[in-house]
Amino acid sequence: MRPHLHLWLIPILPLVGAAINGLLGRRFSHRVVTLVGNVFVGASCAWAWRVFAQFLSLPHQMVPYVHDYATWIRAGSFAASYGLYLDQLSMVMVLVVTSVGFLIHIYSIGYMAHEGGYYRFFSYLNLFMFFMLTLVLGNNYLAMFIGWEGVGLSSYLLIGFFFLRDSAASAGKKAFIVTRIGDFGFLIALFLLIKHFGSLDFGRLFPAISRLGVENAGPGLLTAIGLLLMTGAAGKSAQLPLYVWLPDAMEGPTPVSALIHAATMVTAGVYMVARSNVIFSRAPSAMLVVAIIGCLTALFAATIGMAQTDIKKVLAYSTISQLGYMFLACGVAAFSAGIFHLMTHAFFKGLLFLAAGSVIHSLDGEQDMRRMGGLRKHIPWTFWTMTAATFAIAGIPPFAGFFSKDEILWNAFASQHGSWIFWAVGVLTAFLTSFYMFRLWFLTFFGDFRGIEAGIGEHGYGHIHESPKVMLIPLAILAVLSVVGGWIGWPQMIGGTQRFEHFLSPVFAAHAEEAAVVGAKHSAEPLLAGISVLAALLGLFLALLLYWWRRDLPDKIAAALGGLYTAVRDKYYVDEGYDAAFVEPLIKGSTYILWRGIDAGAIDATANESAEGAEHVSDALRHMQSGNVRSYAGWVAAGAAVVIAYMVYLGVR
Amino acid sequence: MVPISYYLVLSAILFALGVVGFLIKRNLITLFMSIELMLNAVNLAFVAFAWQWKSLNGQVFVFFVMVVAAAEAAVGLAIIIAVFRTRETLNIDRVNLLKL
Repeated sequence: MRPHLHLWLIPILPLVGAAINGLLGRRFSHRVVTLVGNVFVGASCAWAWRVFAQFLSLPHQMVPYVHDYATWIRAGSFAASYGLYLDQLSMVMVLVVTSVGFLIHIYSIGYMAHEGGYYRFFSYLNLFMFFMLTLVLGNNYLAMFIGWEGVGLSSYLLIGFFFLRDSAASAGKKAFIVTRIGDFGFLIALFLLIKHFGSLDFGRLFPAISRLGVENAGPGLLTAIGLLLMTGAAGKSAQLPLYVWLPDAMEGPTPVSALIHAATMVTAGVYMVARSNVIFSRAPSAMLVVAIIGCLTALFAATIGMAQTDIKKVLAYSTISQLGYMFLACGVAAFSAGIFHLMTHAFFKGLLFLAAGSVIHSLDGEQDMRRMGGLRKHIPWTFWTMTAATFAIAGIPPFAGFFSKDEILWNAFASQHGSWIFWAVGVLTAFLTSFYMFRLWFLTFFGDFRGIEAGIGEHGYGHIHESPKVMLIPLAILAVLSVVGGWIGWPQMIGGTQRFEHFLSPVFAAHAEEAAVVGAKHSAEPLLAGISVLAALLGLFLALLLYWWRRDLPDKIAAALGGLYTAVRDKYYVDEGYDAAFVEPLIKGSTYILWRGIDAGAIDATANESAEGAEHVSDALRHMQSGNVRSYAGWVAAGAAVVIAYMVYLGVR
Repeated sequence: MVPISYYLVLSAILFALGVVGFLIKRNLITLFMSIELMLNAVNLAFVAFAWQWKSLNGQVFVFFVMVVAAAEAAVGLAIIIAVFRTRETLNIDRVNLLKL
């Protein structure tokens, strides 16, 4: 008998929460809003874990577990349904999304307590959960696309949450528009799939595609689809060249940055590429592009992260860089490594953002690291959790980041699609990551407090306050996960079984034989792992040197580097470049050609001129109507006379 | 027996008088009477032809014309009264408010 998992509860519960808070929240008390905002997500999370327990005991042939609820669109031979699709991959995603999401919801109770629009915040956040779960659970690309656009919407709403602030409003718009560029590619990929396979259903699409051969001879249909999907992924997951929206998205409240712009939404692109592994594994050139984009993004963003002073901006560039790692993994066909890193990254990056939020909270909104320092003693809980996350992201064993990052680097080197170049760039990035994260760590928590001159904490240190418990508990849980979360992927070389990879292997079954090929190179793995740990320690050492022992050095180095330093600090002027290359021409073109030229000059002018022409003609014609009734009668009589004369003429002729 | 041409000439003269009266007079009531004159000139022609051709069609037409003329007289006089009440004149040249 087929067990019924009631999967639909997982996405629907947050939607109910969003609806209740969104429609009625204004009248609710603070306490009720909190309750509604968290209970539904909590229930969804609990249900997800229950489903996980059932899922593990499902017989082998029932995975993937697909359930169609209703037909959504039926047009000719094409059909799309409301249906959910649960396999190992979406199971992992659902657990990560609901669990990390629930923790961040709890954290938000404390963080958002004194902000206006409290109910609005929870409503948006729940709505985001609904769309994200639709994205990962949908059983066809169209459902995924709906979730994809939905998380974009929630992201827009939440980035612009403080919409009275102009920068927040424009950051929201920027995120929406830039990701839209990528979505265009995604859409075209979907059209291609419909045209050539007649379906968007995973269950029908993937078997159909897997009957096709690998496009070794040259790029073909699958390569095109893969590249277009990657365009979408690059937009959503902030990869080169569409990453520019993510740093600006930090205008949103910090829990939003943690949930949407670090842990879940931005990883949707990685999920999509991993979900499409059947397509990518048959399109080597598309895979190569994915790997190159991931690799370059990882390095590029890491260098920018080194010179940022805003604590959230550092984390934002770090997120972009880590997402690059995940794409690198997907690009070398190590999908499970990418998803593994996605999961550990959700733990430690979510934690980093939440801890940074706690720091910001303790300083009443200060985000500039130059005005922090010495906070270790004042906010010890935040300090220790942040420490766990920092070590995790730096890739120092046995923290979670080490295992996932090492897995990616190993695959980048040893996979069939890999190359030592990818590995080298990855290790370099690991070094930079470690450096900028420890820089953040030292600047924030060590040394003397530098905020007094800037007017923060006017009552001296007494004003800096540790966050309330409701914020610290999620921090603590995530800290534990950041430490132990990687152990489920304990590599074989040190006696592990790589349970994570085994769990996911049915989804990525196409690569089973490649793993065997890789096996031959296994002797090099400990050496490579050693090198990446060394790189991480080197980063730690450099940060220690520059921001602890010789604190005068950074300024000197910056001065010595001159233009190079300012270029990095100003993000390589990419935003300015995009402005000059795309935004300005677009505005100018719209203003002078489309608006003043075509709209005002042609369309409006045609309408106005024809109206004026009619007026002129009428003005001339109206003089025929003198208002003198007898003259009209005269014309009538004259006309009649003419007609009669003509008929008489005809008669006598 | 009077030849038909006599009737037709009389009808034409009456019609012409009606037209001329309509064109040169300013008083609304006079115009109205001119219209009646034209209608009756036509009626005369109709009955003359009916008599000539021994057909009832012309006679029937005359009745129709008389019915329409009666209705027209009722509506027309009502309008004239309404115009006089508001404008206090029956001079057709001064009833020209709709003119631009």
